[in-house]
Amino acid sequence: MLKNQVALITGASRGIGREIALTLAKNGAKVVVNYAGSEDKAQAVVDEIESNGGEAIKIQANVSDESEVKAMIKETTKTFGNLDILVNNAGITKDNLLMRMTEADFDDVIDINLKGVFLCTKAASRQMMKQKSGRIINLSSVVGISGNPGQANYVSAKAGVIGLTKTTAKELAARNILVNAIAPGFIATDMTEKLDEAQKEQMLSLIPLNKLGKTEDVANVALFLASEQSNYVTGQTIQVDGGMVM
Amino acid sequence: MADTFEKVKQIVVDRLDVDEDKVTLEASFKDDLEADSLDVVELVMELEDEFDLEIADEDAEKISTVGDAVNYINSNQ
Repeated sequence: MLKNQVALITGASRGIGREIALTLAKNGAKVVVNYAGSEDKAQAVVDEIESNGGEAIKIQANVSDESEVKAMIKETTKTFGNLDILVNNAGITKDNLLMRMTEADFDDVIDINLKGVFLCTKAASRQMMKQKSGRIINLSSVVGISGNPGQANYVSAKAGVIGLTKTTAKELAARNILVNAIAPGFIATDMTEKLDEAQKEQMLSLIPLNKLGKTEDVANVALFLASEQSNYVTGQTIQVDGGMVM
Repeated sequence: MADTFEKVKQIVVDRLDVDEDKVTLEASFKDDLEADSLDVVELVMELEDEFDLEIADEDAEKISTVGDAVNYINSNQ
């Protein structure tokens, strides 16, 4: 499906990013596994892809640092020649009630989850413009649409990602670069494990499908958006949330 | 100077698909050569590759004519 295409996935050492990296690789893409701190886990993803007969490398970079992002894109094109698919997945949470949220906690989450998408998109679209084709897939969140108490920083960033997706889609459409977002709901990952049982119970009661999503559910939509199956889709946000927000 | 101009001219002709005689030093990319904003960004990227230099975003914004590009390249190489 993605034979000979090169995909860079940020924050791919675990969770949804890891699953997307494995899924795109399984479908023929050469994969760059970006990570910020978890080198061992990133290497494990590379090893798993290689053991399945795929090609992958890992690159350390903080997505909120422009020079590191530029260097990452350069290394990607140096290694694999092209860059066809960018998945902006890297994200952090620093939850707290608005009244207790520090300025630093707000800034940190915006820096990684929103500015990081901007910086990676800017650096990657340069290469994609030259190729006159490309796919950019941004991970938003359903809370970016609905709001969520305790996540003022995260929700602001994820809502920002949706706006950024639409603008980028409009600016780059003329160069055949398609830009879409995925808004996952409640997916079982390291990040959701931090929530306590009461929070989980409460969440489940809001999900019509009455179960948590799996990382594969998100990865399959990413595969669709990366593939030719979605040639006429751009600027959209696809919710993968079991019907939680309609 | 003349050499740089010739090279820039060739890139502009190829990229924007315009007649060679329209590409003068005074020609504005947007007004005279029918380039849109994205075309200019691409053009600047190609000039960076061709002349092996890095044009900062704030400098790139100031390049609006063929002469601007030629001058920038000559004074930064």
